Amino acid sequence: MSRAEATGSGADARTSSAGTPGGTPPDPAATGRERSGLWWTFGLFRSELLTTFRRWRTLALLAVLAAVPVLIGIAVKIETSGGGSAGEGGGPAFLTQVTNNGLFLVFAALAATLPVFLPMTVGVIAGDSVAGESAAGTLRYLLVVPAGRVRLLLAKYAAALTFCLAATLVVAVFALATGAVLFPLGDVTTISGTTISFGSGLLRALLVAVLVAASLVGFAAIGLFVSTLTGSGIAAMAATVGLLITVQIVDSIPQLGAVHAYLFSHYWLSFADVMRAPVLWDDVVKNLVSQAVYALVFGSAAWARFSTKDVTA
Amino acid sequence: MVTQQAEPAGSAEAGPVVAAPVIEARGLTKRYRGGQLAVDGLDLTVPDGSVFGFLGPNGSGKTTTIRMLLGLVQPTSGSAGLFGRPMPQAARAVLPHVGALIEGPAQYGFLSGRDNLVRYDATDPTADPRTRSARVDAALERVGLAAASAKKAKAYSLGMKQRLGIAAALLRPRRLLVLDEPTNGLDPQGMREIRALVRELAAEGTTVFLSSHLLDEIEQVCTHAAVMAQGRLIVQGPVAELSAGTRGRLAVTTPDPADAARVLREHGVTGIEAGAGRVTGDLPAVTGDAGDAESTKPAEPADPADLNAALVRAGVRVRAFGVERGTLEDAFVALTGEGFDVAG
Repeated sequence: MSRAEATGSGADARTSSAGTPGGTPPDPAATGRERSGLWWTFGLFRSELLTTFRRWRTLALLAVLAAVPVLIGIAVKIETSGGGSAGEGGGPAFLTQVTNNGLFLVFAALAATLPVFLPMTVGVIAGDSVAGESAAGTLRYLLVVPAGRVRLLLAKYAAALTFCLAATLVVAVFALATGAVLFPLGDVTTISGTTISFGSGLLRALLVAVLVAASLVGFAAIGLFVSTLTGSGIAAMAATVGLLITVQIVDSIPQLGAVHAYLFSHYWLSFADVMRAPVLWDDVVKNLVSQAVYALVFGSAAWARFSTKDVTA
Repeated sequence: MVTQQAEPAGSAEAGPVVAAPVIEARGLTKRYRGGQLAVDGLDLTVPDGSVFGFLGPNGSGKTTTIRMLLGLVQPTSGSAGLFGRPMPQAARAVLPHVGALIEGPAQYGFLSGRDNLVRYDATDPTADPRTRSARVDAALERVGLAAASAKKAKAYSLGMKQRLGIAAALLRPRRLLVLDEPTNGLDPQGMREIRALVRELAAEGTTVFLSSHLLDEIEQVCTHAAVMAQGRLIVQGPVAELSAGTRGRLAVTTPDPADAARVLREHGVTGIEAGAGRVTGDLPAVTGDAGDAESTKPAEPADPADLNAALVRAGVRVRAFGVERGTLEDAFVALTGEGFDVAG
């Protein structure tokens, strides 16, 4: 335990003024006001991202997502190697097109992962965001740093949304790579039958990926809210993923049609409309509105819960 | 962090200028949802520059009190303040000046020790990112973890985790350090290092709020202490005054206990208990400045050496002779009427 005076010596005048022995005591109020401009910087968000993406669990989830399009591509390749066409027995949308154009593997893979795989990984990340810190005991240390409760919650949500985008892009990029290796690439035939160039097809694929990521915004907010309810990361993850499965089941029961339009997953597959010419925006917009409403409602609920919560773990 | 508090030992009582207390709680009460009353009308004052020992059996409400002071738990009623600002409302302005170790360390097992500190520091919006690396290294150096800083925190022993937790509290110069059981899991050498660190920090002017179940630890490093039991504060004040409440007892080891008891009684010793080969008793009544803050020992008016001489003159064979000083533990038992580790 060597005597290291350097604890404060490296700090510049602004920070070291807090602890010079014999100096004038800083007025915490004044320094707080002086620094309030620094409150909303991206430092915490960056730290959240680094912490999230340096976990083996996160990387494993992304690896699983990356494997899905590769497996689909290989399965389609094997299936059609005898001259048959893929997707005759049903399966995700766009699958039949994959053999003609590898780019369609992007749409097929996103359509295959959006109902379960993608939101499941988001449920793990969002559900664990606050509850996991609470279970590990690190939450109390973040709060006395002080991270600020609202600030921490926003950083957590922003990191979860970044994960949504990253997860979607992982699926899209691996699908594109697999498609390019296994199948021919070329001009894209839209659902409406018209043909667009490969370049604009690629742009549409990117737009689709962004729309898929945006489809997860509402669900991520639900995961965040559930995460503020419990002190166990596992419980929060399980509850979030359980909720997803329940909603998917409800959405598939025709007798419950009255509530379908209000489910966060109801318009998820609307991204396919981007592949029409002209693009049909109706359901895409409905999806985005639905996600915004879910994000607002559950984001507020998470804030209301977390800002007054007694942190006893 | 003012000049007159630079000397830590007992000066807060003697100093002519009394600064605003670093921690002040008035009627602080917490009733959890289950109806359990964890803290009941707590009035606590921690003077600037003190090393304040916070004592109490398990379950007495110490940790809930600390959590309320740091804004983690909302009080049911009453007020808590740090540096004269209300908590938790002023948390943003006040907490950057506070380093804390609460109920044991907690870290991200998948990050290295160093990256854990970087993570905590990056969370602080008032910490300068340009000096982060230097401050993290200095904190690791200070707790003796520099060599293990690249290791994953999950591979740390409990003692190393404890050190990492203390390093996190020392990332920036602090006006107040709240250390909850800081020597838990440390070996005797580690405990000594932590005690030395606490003294060093106190000498620099940092107020240290130390909760511990080790009474002699509190007695060794603290200038002030408070005792909690069953959610209530039983007593608080300078350590010297608390342990002065129980006077030292004279203890004589002798093969002639009956003679020794008689001689001692003749010389004004009261409350004599004679056992096999051993006689104890209270020294004659105190007339002196028992409240003298300079002294950490209770005043002893009668010179024990005279009593020893008297014993020897009377032909009593003395094997050992001494005054067993009143300890904080004696004071604690006298206050609570129970052993220290009995849960309240």
